[in-house]
Amino acid sequence: MKKGMSRKTRAAVTGQLFVAPAALIVLVLFVIPLGMLVWMSFQDYPLLGSPTFNGVDNYTSIPGNDTFLNAIGFTLAYTGATTVVMFGVSFILVAIANSSRRGSKFYRTSYFLPYVVGTAAATLLWFVDSDTLVGVFNQIPLALGIIKEPIAFLSTPELAFWTTIALVTWKFIGFQVIILLMGLQSIPRELYEAARVDGATVLQQLRYITIPFLRPILALLFILSVTGSLLAFDQFLILTKGGPDNSTVSLVYAVYNTAFVKFDMGKAAALSVVLLVALLLISAVQLPLLRRKDV
Amino acid sequence: MPRNLLRRAVLPALATTALLLAVSACSGGQTADDGPTTVTLWVASPTEAFSKALVDDYNATHDNQVELTAIPDDGFLQKVGSAAGAKSLPDILVSDVVYMPNYTSQGVLLDITDRIKDLPFADALAPSHIAAGTWDGKEYGVPHKLASSVFFYNKDLFKQAGLDPEKPPANFDEILADARAIHAISPNIAGFDFGGNCGGCSVFTQLPYMWANGEKMLTDQGTKADFDNKTTREVFGLYKSLWDEGLTPSNANTQDGSTWADAFVAGNVGMMAQGSAMVGKLQAKATFDWGVARLMSPDGSGTSTFVGGDSAAITATSKHPDAAWDFLQWSLEDHAQIDIVAKNGDLPDRTDLSDNQYTGADPRTKFIVDGVADGQTPFAVPFGELFNDPNGPWIAMVRGAVFGDNPDAAIKDGQAKIQAGLDEAAG
Repeated sequence: MKKGMSRKTRAAVTGQLFVAPAALIVLVLFVIPLGMLVWMSFQDYPLLGSPTFNGVDNYTSIPGNDTFLNAIGFTLAYTGATTVVMFGVSFILVAIANSSRRGSKFYRTSYFLPYVVGTAAATLLWFVDSDTLVGVFNQIPLALGIIKEPIAFLSTPELAFWTTIALVTWKFIGFQVIILLMGLQSIPRELYEAARVDGATVLQQLRYITIPFLRPILALLFILSVTGSLLAFDQFLILTKGGPDNSTVSLVYAVYNTAFVKFDMGKAAALSVVLLVALLLISAVQLPLLRRKDV
Repeated sequence: MPRNLLRRAVLPALATTALLLAVSACSGGQTADDGPTTVTLWVASPTEAFSKALVDDYNATHDNQVELTAIPDDGFLQKVGSAAGAKSLPDILVSDVVYMPNYTSQGVLLDITDRIKDLPFADALAPSHIAAGTWDGKEYGVPHKLASSVFFYNKDLFKQAGLDPEKPPANFDEILADARAIHAISPNIAGFDFGGNCGGCSVFTQLPYMWANGEKMLTDQGTKADFDNKTTREVFGLYKSLWDEGLTPSNANTQDGSTWADAFVAGNVGMMAQGSAMVGKLQAKATFDWGVARLMSPDGSGTSTFVGGDSAAITATSKHPDAAWDFLQWSLEDHAQIDIVAKNGDLPDRTDLSDNQYTGADPRTKFIVDGVADGQTPFAVPFGELFNDPNGPWIAMVRGAVFGDNPDAAIKDGQAKIQAGLDEAAG
């Protein structure tokens, strides 16, 4: 006991040694790049040529950056709409797939299939399919006589917005449905039986058994949906290219454009830092949803 | 795994591998100095096949070797930028000609003015490419792959519409009249087609109408823009009429360039301003007779073309500039230009070779090559950001003026934003 460390400190050192490899990986892959990003955000940093320090100029130019300001509003609207649509549609699909009707396994598989396609590939598919001349989204309704003229799905801001949301819903709904199904099936059958014995209605069963049991899962899906939508990028880059007329430029798209079209790495870094801080705040607000244990 | 197995088998194996790697690394380092030189070359993926044909022939006939790397088109500028920062650029850079000012203005490339002057055919090299690779009087690039925008028309549809198939439209009034006549054949036949949501397509095919009369849209080494004028209004006005009257395919306003040649090649479009690259597709697939004409000024008094494609340059950090130049010079000489470039159906880089046996065999390809001498390549450092970017001000102006309700405001706004972008780049 007298020589060197106490048992407690020794245990603590051992623990730190065990954590060290993970800490090293976080340091190399996250902390150091993050530090470089912050450093870049204080530089005039062209892609070609050498960087020079310019203080907070990159940050003070953000309020005058129309593309980025418009992207904030657009991304929030997109996040809200996507989340509402995704939850609404997934509840309906879960109700279908959770029934013991014949073929429910078929539905489960078909909902999940789009999820295993890469986002870029799926988006390209939609890009071609929404074309007025060659796309099946027009060919089939035209052949069936539902519409007379082809619809240019990407020609107006509203159409492009809802086409993208339809794509995202189609692409990611499978994941949401599977997680919800898993949650539903983990609720003990006995609870429903007991409720029925006590004379509870279907709505009461939903309100007092299903929803409380699903809460942590709903919270998780909500957080994933919000963070995922706020960081949406590839679907806009490929499907709409930010158009028509810059109406679908998301936040990450604006950062990408600043960095790799305008080659202004400093400003792009500043935008990224702002985005990072905003996401941290939003996550801090959401995390308590996950922690609540009062099921 | 038992511990003794680890010690007996795995560790020695690892050690041997490490030793072998070390030995091969050393020997690799030693042989690099003597013997033939290997020159590296980067090219964007759409030009890869073109460059590879030249590189393969060169490698088969020379001791020095060229090692070609294709970079995905979308990430080309990023890749070059980060490589320039890390001083790891290749010896030869093949870049879209409109991006040359990006590199020349930043000192990324090697001054090859004297080497170009010593070429016996220096004056015949596509003049607008040389101009695009010039910065402060020094020349940095030579033409590599040429592309030229011309006016294509479907002679079969002209006949069906009762028009003279040997008389393509000579001015904007005739384009509009011919488009109406062709569309009257059938609702499924369009008179005219264009890429209405594609900045690159539209600069490539619409700028020549604007400068065909000798007017300048970009001046002072690409620092002054002049689009708020009568000619610009006439050009966009023609497209607006074509669109508003339903004479184009319905996807013209969402066409991002990925399929913009398809309807014409399929024979469903009467006329189109397009790149010379469409010739290859037409020769391979078209089931109809087609013709070419020059892009003209609105009143038809002048004609011109946008000379695009790729330029080749040697990087300032190249350790083998002489070997790199040897390849570039060879690629411009008669053998490479005629037996490889022209034979494959591409445009020779030299105006003195337009009547070679391959290009001259089809009067239409000879016609396109002959036009290169009078062509222009627009010059601006932030060309990609302002004109090619789908979110840039040029395509916003085109769309506002062609599909919008207030063309005048769109042109004024576009002019202001393009000028602002040029000012920002000029620092």
